[in-house]
Amino acid sequence: MLEVRNLHAYYGKSHILQGVDLDVAAGEVVSLLGRNGVGRSTTVKAIMGEVSPQGTIRFKGKNIAGLPSYKIARLGLGYVPEHRDIFPSLTVRQNLLLGVKDTRRPGKWRLQDMLDMFPNLAARADTPAGVLSGGEKQMLTTCRTLMGDPDLIMIDEPTEGLAPLIVQQVGDLITRIAEAGVAILLVEQKLSIAMRISKRLYIMGHGRVVFEGTPDELKLNAAVRQEWLEV
Amino acid sequence: MVHECAVLELIVISSLNGVLFGMLLFLLSSGLTVIFSMMGVLNFAHASFYMLGAFFGFQLTKWIGFWPAFVLAPLLVGAIGMVVERYGLRNTHKHGHVAELLLTFGLAFAIEEIVSMIWGRSPVDYRVPALLDFPAFTIFSTNYPAYKIFMLAVSVVIFVALLLVLKRTRVGLIVQAALTHPHMVGHLGHNVGRVFMVVFGVGSALAGLAGVIAGPALVTQSDMAASLGPILFVVIVFGGLGSLPGAFVASLVIGLVQTFAVALNGSLASVFGPLDSPGGPSALSDIWNVTIAQVAPIIPYLLLVIILIVRPMGLMGTRES
Repeated sequence: MLEVRNLHAYYGKSHILQGVDLDVAAGEVVSLLGRNGVGRSTTVKAIMGEVSPQGTIRFKGKNIAGLPSYKIARLGLGYVPEHRDIFPSLTVRQNLLLGVKDTRRPGKWRLQDMLDMFPNLAARADTPAGVLSGGEKQMLTTCRTLMGDPDLIMIDEPTEGLAPLIVQQVGDLITRIAEAGVAILLVEQKLSIAMRISKRLYIMGHGRVVFEGTPDELKLNAAVRQEWLEV
Repeated sequence: MVHECAVLELIVISSLNGVLFGMLLFLLSSGLTVIFSMMGVLNFAHASFYMLGAFFGFQLTKWIGFWPAFVLAPLLVGAIGMVVERYGLRNTHKHGHVAELLLTFGLAFAIEEIVSMIWGRSPVDYRVPALLDFPAFTIFSTNYPAYKIFMLAVSVVIFVALLLVLKRTRVGLIVQAALTHPHMVGHLGHNVGRVFMVVFGVGSALAGLAGVIAGPALVTQSDMAASLGPILFVVIVFGGLGSLPGAFVASLVIGLVQTFAVALNGSLASVFGPLDSPGGPSALSDIWNVTIAQVAPIIPYLLLVIILIVRPMGLMGTRES
């Protein structure tokens, strides 16, 4: 479904991505791991068109490298950014409704389903989203992107800065998305969730992919973990 | 008794004029502030769109009458605004805010020169339409012109319409979201570029509309943009850059303050009595005898300085810098 080949990206003069290759098949859950600053977030930003990409990015067979992000989103690629960019002055309900791309063609995720799934969001449906806690904001941005009915959702560091109990809830939500048949590209630093739900893992280092395999393969490979993941 | 009536008359008339001027300022500042918070660009040409509105209104009135001009001129200015955004600002955007700022700055000069090339530098004869050229009512001894009531009504209708569109429609929601997180709005599948273009167009059209209706009441002249522009910046900085409610309050405050300052034609000297020493007028007596009307043009800038000292983000702004 998503094929990235030899992807390069720059911030000014610094060469951040130095030839990234990765694939996500339809309905597959894939994690992108690595330490801070190795280019994981830049990879998803380049796929989404927020950072200008060089190389080939195919989504459903169509080359999307260099397209404006709204067109990429309309092809069915969802993106939940690292900073949980909620619209703070709009209500929770309005935030969710803005996730809908085309009001004439409702997708498989309905507003009411989201509110039923998260009683916390339902209780605050009509308050400005700016007052939500970090965990609630994470649920809200993820649900908002789901409202656009993506076939693949890229979620950047969903558990960053969250308490362990909330991390558990985020993990449950991601599992639910996967069960609904939506492919997931999860960017994470913590191993726990990624090991539990992913079918395959990529580890990045210095702007390229340095390991690719299943969670079991990574468990057995202490050298890779030590060199590229552990602090 | 006669004196009390005169004071009351002054208060009522000045309040009406002040609110009117304030609403006119809001037609301009609302667009300017929304464009600023969305794109991060202070549009120096915004007052020029107001001037274009006045001159288009004048010219179209001559050709096809006031009412068609009242509709067409703002649309024309809006279309020019969209072209400026689509082919000017969007292309300069990648070179940073300074390039965009310079573009709007240059545009303001270009528009002023083009306007004076076509219509000359002296005021043109842009008149109140005959249909509205009568006193609406008389308070004490002042006839209040119907045209001013019309201006007020137009501004209020636009204000309410703007509020309804922003708060009640899906397009309004997208605009509100794009004010703070334009990238995210794009990631959700909305065409942010088009939203920018339309918002810029609507903002320009509102400025044009202000020009069309203010032209006959004020002076339609090629320097009208240059004289209004600075006040406009005072309004949006005073209200808080990017804040629509702030722009509304600031527009009314500046409108009222300026109108009252001009109307209160007393001087400090007339309040406190002459301070001249027996030996003849001193150097200070010039300052002492300045009338409030004479300092009226400075008052907005004084307010600006005070607000920047006391509350740097403006009345209702949220930005730290």
